[in-house]
Amino acid sequence: MSAKYGELGQARGAGRSLQAVYPFVEPPDLQTGETRHCPVVIAGGGPIGLATAIDLDRHGIPSIVLEKHDSVSDGSRAICWSKRTLEILDRLGTGQRMLNKGVTWNVGKVYHGDRPDPIYTFDLLADKAQKFPAFINLQQYYAEEYLIESLAGHPAVDLRWHSEVVAVETSPERVTVTVTTPAGDYQLTCDYLIAADGHRSPVRHMLDLDFEGRVFEDNFLIADVKMKADFPAERRFWFDPVFNPGKTALLHKQADDVWRIDFQLGWDIDREAELDQKTVDARVRALIGGDIEFDYEWISLYTFQCRRMKNFVHGRIIFAGDSAHLVSPFGARGANGGLQDVDNLVWKLALVLEGKAPPDLLDSYDQERVYGADENILNSSRSTDFMTPKSDISTAFRDAALELAKDFAFARMFVNSGRLSVPCTLDQSVLNEPDTEDFSAKQRPGSPCLDAPIMLNGSESWFLNQLGDCFTGVLFSDATGSITDEMRALEDWDIPVRAVIVKPDNGSPSGGAIIDSQAYLHSHYDARPGTYYLIRPDQHVAARWRAFDRTKVERALSRATGHST
Amino acid sequence: MKSEINISDPDGFYSSLIDLHEGLSTDESLIVNAKLILMMANEIGDRSILDEMLAFLRNPSEDQSR
Ligand SMILES: Cc1cc2nc3c(=O)[nH]c(=O)nc-3n(C[C@H](O)[C@H](O)[C@H](O)COP(=O)(O)OP(=O)(O)OC[C@H]3O[C@@H](n4cnc5c(N)ncnc54)[C@H](O)[C@@H]3O)c2cc1C
Repeated sequence: MSAKYGELGQARGAGRSLQAVYPFVEPPDLQTGETRHCPVVIAGGGPIGLATAIDLDRHGIPSIVLEKHDSVSDGSRAICWSKRTLEILDRLGTGQRMLNKGVTWNVGKVYHGDRPDPIYTFDLLADKAQKFPAFINLQQYYAEEYLIESLAGHPAVDLRWHSEVVAVETSPERVTVTVTTPAGDYQLTCDYLIAADGHRSPVRHMLDLDFEGRVFEDNFLIADVKMKADFPAERRFWFDPVFNPGKTALLHKQADDVWRIDFQLGWDIDREAELDQKTVDARVRALIGGDIEFDYEWISLYTFQCRRMKNFVHGRIIFAGDSAHLVSPFGARGANGGLQDVDNLVWKLALVLEGKAPPDLLDSYDQERVYGADENILNSSRSTDFMTPKSDISTAFRDAALELAKDFAFARMFVNSGRLSVPCTLDQSVLNEPDTEDFSAKQRPGSPCLDAPIMLNGSESWFLNQLGDCFTGVLFSDATGSITDEMRALEDWDIPVRAVIVKPDNGSPSGGAIIDSQAYLHSHYDARPGTYYLIRPDQHVAARWRAFDRTKVERALSRATGHST
Repeated sequence: MKSEINISDPDGFYSSLIDLHEGLSTDESLIVNAKLILMMANEIGDRSILDEMLAFLRNPSEDQSR
């Protein structure tokens, strides 16, 4: 089978030879000739499609994933996975494995010209004491393989390789999907079709929908190189280095001694010549030096776009991941953004399918994730504009900022080598219950919950592992407080609100109380005894008060589930 | 944004500004100016003032406040 996006590049050298290939299994639908109905069909088995299926199963919703190829992603795609992504994947079951295999990093360094010292160093882990680091680097194929392997624990997910979606037809009641396989075509129907079919999104084209935004006229050569080198695991980025004059370069460590090397080439290039082995060798040698032995895993040429669909929800067809939005990779906001789509979408879809929330709730996915995509596009576009100035004057400002950066701290803040993915705070979401009491802004409604170390039943644990999948009501109490009967009763609501209590270090750990042993939670959440947070299934804050009030919680829950605004 | 002069010895400052560029090519001057703008912008700091300046320069005719 050919590479997924073969025209972008090719495998070279010994590199990675053992990429898993998955067999085509003839689905029963082909034999019976009957059109099967499944609540959700997912077009595309990339990271976004796979994560969607697993998350749906956590909510008891079965799905069929249709993937036109027979293997996971090729090389030279995502490597940087953010803290928020790892937290989401931890909820889905593969976060710890990613962390164990990946290369942890928090620090980035920016170099300019021939100066050996960085002009700018940044630490991306603002809040320490988190279960996950700011970033790990891990080849995308591992992320996908881990999700696929974890399907063993999700028998309700039916992943079908070599199954290409070739037509979709929608009616007010359902979507009909036509699938082409090596053994023939068949049809499926579903309540919702998730289009996770990547940046070219055939489903998007079938619906005659388009991308809006900018395409950048610049080319980047990406070489994933296998070598034993003792360069630091930090993200190292160069402006105008001696080995790529006038352009940028990036060096970043991945698992298995593979290094991502990225060279800016400019817009007017001879693609064929740039991919010539000798040319690439010379570029790589110039960066890594003369004596390190290396081999290629993958080489490709990229141009970048920062674009999105106008809307992600089109009746019963919902777009997520690259099919919905595309960014330049320098902010690592592609898959990291896409996984926030999944996190945001699945609990809403589950409530709608269970009849517990109106279909309008899905409009909030559109609103919240368009907002998130715009944030990613804005940041990625600004980085790309800094790296690829469009005019003489913007080149002059770029060079001015770089030169001033060595003497003045303020100028370092203008230097933009990529603003790396941070979780989106869903300000202005219709699902948020605005604050009415005095709170610090940090964990305001719409914000993703910040993790912290806790003690639970006498063992060390993490706060975020106590949240997610369903709504959670978090009561902060004094040492002797307890969950009231009224709070308990919320666990039996139609849309249950799990009751959780957080106590200070001297509190009694009985009854599964969360002990804020290092006081991080009280500080992050600006908590006092009595403070009560309503947390969404995707670990974002829905509402918070200084005291629990059943009527208020009821109102906030109904707002957060699309019943009223 | 101030419309009255706020610098003592405006003529002196003006000629220092011109002197700054002496012997520089236009390209070099472009960068020196860019540096100066970034330094001054940081010194001003107040985004509303900076935005007012940008808005005025982008569309001078629309601004009737002066
Ligand atoms: C050079 C580069 C570096 C990057 N670095 C990062 C990074 O560091 N961090 C980050 O977060 N992101 C990064 N990204 C982005 C990341 O690779 C994508 O955002 C991510 O792959 C999107 O996942 P997806 O599942 O939406 O789409 P894809 O991974 O493209 O998966 C779509 C799947 O749909 C399948 N498909 C297509 N059409 C059909 C059809 N008709 N029927 C059935 N199946 C179909 C495809 O075969 C494919 O498997 C990078 C991208 C590039 C190019």
